[in-house]
Amino acid sequence: MYKLSKSRIFIIIAICLLGIFFTIPNFLPNKDSLPKWWQPVNLGLDLQGGSNLLLQVQVDDVIKERMGTIEDSVRQVLRENKIRYQNLRAGENDVTVKIENLNSRNKAMAAFRKIEDGLNVEELADGTVRIAYTDVALNQLKLKIVDQSIEIVRRRIDELGTKEPVIQRQGVDRIVVQLPGLQNPEYVKTLLGKTAKLSFHMVDSNTTSADARRGKLSNASRIVAGSDGGSYVISRKPVVSGENLIDAQPAFQEGEAVVSFKFDSIGGKKFGEATKNNVGERLAIVLDNEVISAPTIQGAILGGSGVITGSFTVKSANDLALLLRSGALPAPLEVLEERTVGAGLGADSIQAGAIACVIGLVAVIVFMIAAYGLFGLFTTVAVFMNLFLMLGVLSLMGATLTLPGIAGVILTVGMAVDANVLIFERMREEVKLGRSTRDAAEAGFREAWATILDSNLTTLVAAFVLFYFGTGPVRGFAVTLTIGILTSMFTSVTVTRVIIATWIERYKPTRLPI
Amino acid sequence: MKLFSWITKDTNIDFLGARKLTYFISVLSIVLAIFFMATKSFNYGIDFSGGILMEIKDEQVINLDKLRKELDNLDIGEVNLQTIGETGTEVMIRAQAQMLDEKEQMKAVNEIKKILGNDVEIRRVELVGPQVGDELKKDGILASVIAVLGISLYIWFRFEWQFALGAMLGLVHDILVTVGLLSLFQIDFSLTTVAAILTLAGYSVNDTVVTYDRIRENLRKYKTMPQIQLLNKSVNDIFSRTLLTGLTTLLASISLLIWGGDTLLSFSFTLVWGILIGTYSSIYVSTVILNWFDLRKTIENKEKDVNPFGNVG
Repeated sequence: MYKLSKSRIFIIIAICLLGIFFTIPNFLPNKDSLPKWWQPVNLGLDLQGGSNLLLQVQVDDVIKERMGTIEDSVRQVLRENKIRYQNLRAGENDVTVKIENLNSRNKAMAAFRKIEDGLNVEELADGTVRIAYTDVALNQLKLKIVDQSIEIVRRRIDELGTKEPVIQRQGVDRIVVQLPGLQNPEYVKTLLGKTAKLSFHMVDSNTTSADARRGKLSNASRIVAGSDGGSYVISRKPVVSGENLIDAQPAFQEGEAVVSFKFDSIGGKKFGEATKNNVGERLAIVLDNEVISAPTIQGAILGGSGVITGSFTVKSANDLALLLRSGALPAPLEVLEERTVGAGLGADSIQAGAIACVIGLVAVIVFMIAAYGLFGLFTTVAVFMNLFLMLGVLSLMGATLTLPGIAGVILTVGMAVDANVLIFERMREEVKLGRSTRDAAEAGFREAWATILDSNLTTLVAAFVLFYFGTGPVRGFAVTLTIGILTSMFTSVTVTRVIIATWIERYKPTRLPI
Repeated sequence: MKLFSWITKDTNIDFLGARKLTYFISVLSIVLAIFFMATKSFNYGIDFSGGILMEIKDEQVINLDKLRKELDNLDIGEVNLQTIGETGTEVMIRAQAQMLDEKEQMKAVNEIKKILGNDVEIRRVELVGPQVGDELKKDGILASVIAVLGISLYIWFRFEWQFALGAMLGLVHDILVTVGLLSLFQIDFSLTTVAAILTLAGYSVNDTVVTYDRIRENLRKYKTMPQIQLLNKSVNDIFSRTLLTGLTTLLASISLLIWGGDTLLSFSFTLVWGILIGTYSSIYVSTVILNWFDLRKTIENKEKDVNPFGNVG
């Protein structure tokens, strides 16, 4: 059975040719005009240069904020129902309130459950009621926040016109942003560092901020710092918020940089009504919990558009317009990790990897020929075929080649001959036992197969673990290692087998040169 | 043409005769490894320690003393300078900056950039917050443990539990001794080092499996040969393969070590070392341990289990 059937040989050769075919784009000079399914392998940021950011979505902040809102609702429910309570408090992820009277407590708990879906209302030991999200609801909320954040991050980065950015979720609440070719990510980090929550509030003209600080503050108002250093007392409820914005552009008004904006129809209506009813009052424009300006309303603004004034420079007006256009982040982002590689270093790495690869390849081939002679030469064909198949599969899969990935290629070159060594050594034993040429060749492939399978599969276990736990370059290494193990199993068994079978058929040697 | 044909010869070396000595060596190296880890810890790269890493390149040779003095004036803790390559025009700047959060790190990088001026090419900038480092450490340890368990489980399925135990101890030996060596020489310990350690585990167990395969075959073939003799014969049977594969993989790794560039230095070093220790442990840990058990009995018992109605023929 050392001889393979015609159809099998055909399949083996077809696979090899396909491998070579998908490798070709890597060697073509003009790569831009190639069809989508016929592309060179992607280079990782460590090879082509670029910036990699790992962002943490601070979902806990949002949940805390939500608890604040729930606290307000609880207070309202209790007041509406005239229930006496003590110690109403919003924590990191729950709201607690103490209600002494049993009947009122039960009544209140029923009402609390209606505040929002997914709330778990439970009674603690001493008449305290605890309101928190159920685990399911909490997870859904987190997922939603991170999904929204990814969307907003994408919009902001698209505005910058970076080519082929990659924006992905990592783990539960992290986002990876890869920006190929970007050398200085500071501007991107500044843009992503702002949540850009915009809202318009009426300034409470009855209360001065000095009064407010002394505690004379109505429940409908709150005190907010201004970007000018002062503080403002504004209505808690916004007149209209940034969610209703559909466009924002930098503009000039009386020689000053401003940001012009446009509301959707709902926003425009609310804004129009508020400005109509409050002529002469001041309207505070609040961005990320800071009043950026509080102009006096001169007259009704009905068209649904207006301008934001403030002490802007051209650049900061530009940035704010960009941020408002792309929408507010549901939660603040924190940059946990930044890795930037210059294009020069990337090119050097590719060169070093290529040199090491060629030298390693030559050394292995010379060694194999020195050890096995003609059969070593046969191995060479398999080794080259393996390289083509690896590169072909990587290109076809759209996998990313990183510097450790190149190391994986080199390592595979060394390890891949193992299968051939196992086969050849087995043949040698069979020859020694006095088997005929054909029997020895056949036995070599047959007996070695189980060993080849076992030894490669155990290495695959390690490669899988690496893939699962690794990120970025390390994952690139795991990918090439895995593909290399699979393709080398194919080439060293089938390709060498076809060659040896053909060789025996043609030259009918009396003994194997092993 | 066959210059190395001496390798593809049959051997009859008394490998296991040295097992008392190698027991001692293996145990001693594990103890030493643990000792070094406990006393010297590791030279963590910024993947694990958190901090700032910059690589710069200038037209002329960079004056390290001057640069060090200027950087010391910044209030960013200990700054470490190291030249890359032989030209002296490339320098790596490392600041652990453990107290700094991300915003302060960013500020520090800007200040360093200001000191360097515009003429210097900044080839790499990495900022890693301290919280990520701890997670990566945990992940790295977890990955190694899962890899060892996963591999052992596979061997348990394909062989017997004694073999799985042998392979597992071999892997633990390799990983501990390698990690101990990294600690002793204070070699940069980064994420790619973890990748190299897991690859080493893969290579080592690959070698072990080939040996085990032959042991199992010989156990069936030679029913009366004393066990220790059989183990030794199995190692000899495949010794030419061990040498050949070891040498080709070593050649590939050495070319990586010499020409693969600075970024991969600790990675390729770990690999080169791993091939050596993996080959050693396949014989002197994983195979030697099998002699603690009566393998023949286990296999015979198993064959009985498989066929409860008695063996025919």
